Amino acid sequence: MSNAFISLQSLDKRYPTHHAVRGIDLDIQAGEFIALMGPSGCGKSTTLRLLAGLDEPTGGDIVIGGRSMRGVPAFERNTPMVWQSLALFPFLTVAENVAFPLRMKGMAAGPRRQRALEWLDRMGLADMGDRQIAQLSGGQRQRVAIARALVTEPAVLLLDEPLSALDAHLRVRMQTELARLHRELGITFVYVTHAQSEAFALADRVVIMNEGRIQQVGTPQDVYRAPVNPFVADFIGTNNLVTGTVAKPARGGHVDVAGPLGTFAVRPNRALDEGEAVSFVIAADRVGLAATDTAPEPGFSRLDGTVIGLEFVGSTQTIFIDVGENREFRVQKQQHEIESLALVPGRRIGLSWDPGHVWVLPRNT
Amino acid sequence: MTASRMAGVSRACQRAWLALVFGFIGAPMLIIVVFSFDANRFPTIPWGGFSLQWHRAILEDAMVTEAFGNTLLVALSTAVLSTVLGFAAAYIDYRHRFRGKTAFNLLVAIPPAVPATILGMAMLAFLSRIGVFGTLQAIIACHVALATSFSMAIIRLRLGELGHDMEQAAWNLGASPATGLIRVVVPFCRSSLIASFFLSAAVSFDEFMVAWFVGGVHETLPVRILNLLQGQVSPKVNAIGTVVLVISVVLVLLAQRFVGVRVDRPATSTGSEAS
Repeated sequence: MSNAFISLQSLDKRYPTHHAVRGIDLDIQAGEFIALMGPSGCGKSTTLRLLAGLDEPTGGDIVIGGRSMRGVPAFERNTPMVWQSLALFPFLTVAENVAFPLRMKGMAAGPRRQRALEWLDRMGLADMGDRQIAQLSGGQRQRVAIARALVTEPAVLLLDEPLSALDAHLRVRMQTELARLHRELGITFVYVTHAQSEAFALADRVVIMNEGRIQQVGTPQDVYRAPVNPFVADFIGTNNLVTGTVAKPARGGHVDVAGPLGTFAVRPNRALDEGEAVSFVIAADRVGLAATDTAPEPGFSRLDGTVIGLEFVGSTQTIFIDVGENREFRVQKQQHEIESLALVPGRRIGLSWDPGHVWVLPRNT
Repeated sequence: MTASRMAGVSRACQRAWLALVFGFIGAPMLIIVVFSFDANRFPTIPWGGFSLQWHRAILEDAMVTEAFGNTLLVALSTAVLSTVLGFAAAYIDYRHRFRGKTAFNLLVAIPPAVPATILGMAMLAFLSRIGVFGTLQAIIACHVALATSFSMAIIRLRLGELGHDMEQAAWNLGASPATGLIRVVVPFCRSSLIASFFLSAAVSFDEFMVAWFVGGVHETLPVRILNLLQGQVSPKVNAIGTVVLVISVVLVLLAQRFVGVRVDRPATSTGSEAS
C-alpha cells in the first residue's frame, strides 16, 4: 500500500493487433510534475488514455486518490486532458468552450460564464470570451484548451503532447506558462511527450518507456547522467555508448574495458568482474576534441574518428563523428571552443575524455 | 500579344459552351415558366399576353391543392425522419466497427440505385401485404427509405471531419456519451443536418414513381400532374410545373448552402449554446 496520489498497478493494455502497455507499475505523488516519454508506439499515450478512462485496461488497476478507477467511466473521473489536437469545439465561442466542463457539472449559465472568463483572464485571454475558436492564433487556442481543462480545478491534469503543434518560439513560451501554472496550482501534471527538452525542462521526474514497458524512472539529472540501460542511453541522445569486456581487475581505481573500438580505462560506478560484458556511456558534452597529432591530457581516454557532420543549435554545436566499427559519437561543444579546429566533414579528429566521467550501465538490463 | 489573344478566344469559347449547356438544361424549364403566364389556351408563339389565370385555376382545383398539401406533408415528414435515421446510420458507421458493417452500409445506400419502377412495385407488394398500402404513411415510409441514403452520405461526410478526439474530449470533460452526442456531435453536424433536411425534402417533393405505386387514392403533386396530362392538356400543368420548379430549386439551393459550409466559419457556429 503506497501513499501515492496516483498509482498504476501492473497496468496492462492489449489491443487486438498489439500489446501497447505491458504491466507497468508507477507511483505518482500529489503535486508532482511527471513526464512520460519514449519513441512513438512506446505506450506513453495509451497509459495517459487509460488514466483518463478513454480506454479500459486489460489488466491491472489505476488508483487515483485512494479510489480504484476500475469500471469508472471517463466522464466521472475528473481527469481533464489537454489534447495534442486541442479538440476545441468549433461551434462554441471561446468562453463557451471553457465553460463546457462546468455546464456538464450542471452549473448555471451565469456563474459558469463568470468562472470561464476568470480563467481566460488568468491565461492572458481577457476580452476574447466571445470570439470564435477559428479567430484565435495557435498559441491562443492552446491557452483556451488549458483553461478548459483547468476550469473545474481538478487534482490532476493530463497533457498529451500539448506543445507539438506550436512553433519553436511559442513552445518555449508555453513551457514557461505550464511551469508557472504547475507551481501556482500545486496539482499533479502528467505530461506525455517525445520531446526530451520539454520533459527535462518541466518535469520533477521523467518516465522513459519503450515497447510498453517502463525503462527508467528518475529525475531528469538521473536519467541524463545515469541511464540504466542502452535503450535509455541511446534515447536521451546525448550519450555515446561503448561496449566491451572487462579486461583487467582494478588498478588504482580504474578498470580496463576492451571492445571493438579499443581498450579504455573506466572508473567503475559498480562492481565489475573480469571477463564481464559491459556497456558504458560518456556524455556528449564530456568529450574533448583536439587535432589528431596533439597528445591527450594524462590519464584521459583517446579515440580517433572522422567528422561526418555538424549541427548548429543556438550557441552549441553537435558534431557527429564516425569512430569506426559502425559507431558514431556525438560531441557537444560551445562554438568558441572548436573554432580553432576548423571542423569540416571528412576531417580526422581526436576525441578524449576523463575516465572518471563515464557511467557504466547496470548489469542484466 | 497573340498568346493573350488566344487565351481570350479560348475563354470566350469556354463561356459560350457553358452557356449552351446551361441553356439546354434551362430552356425547357424556362419555357414552362413563361407559358404558365400566357393568356393563350395552348402554348403557341406569339405570346397571348400576361395572365395569372392558370395559376388562379390551380388554386381553385381542389384535387391540385389537396395533392399539394399531401406533397408538403410527405416531404416534411420524410425530411425529418430521414435526417434522424441518416444521422443514426452515419454515427453508427463513424463510431463502431462491427461484423457486417459493409452489408449495413450497402443496405442504407442501395435504395436510390434500384430502378424506381422495381422499387415501387416491390414496395407496393410489401405494403399491401402488411396492410398499409394506399396511405400517406406508406408514401412517407418509402420516401424515407429513399432519402435516408442521401442523408447518411451527407452527414457521414461531416462526421469524417469530427476526428475522434473531440467526442472523447467531451467525455473527458464530464459529458456522458449521450450528453456528448447531443452537445458536441449534433452541433458539430448542424450544417449537414440542415442540408440533409432540405435535400430529403427535395427528393420526396419530386418523387413520382413510388408515390404513384403506393399512394392509392392519395395523390402527391407529381402524380396529379401526370393524371392531368393524361386527361387533357391543360395550361394548368405549366402553372403547377412552375410552382414545383420554384420549390424544388429553393430546397436544393438551401441544401447546398448548408452542405458546402466550411467547418470553422463563424457564421455556422453562432448561438449553438442556448443557455
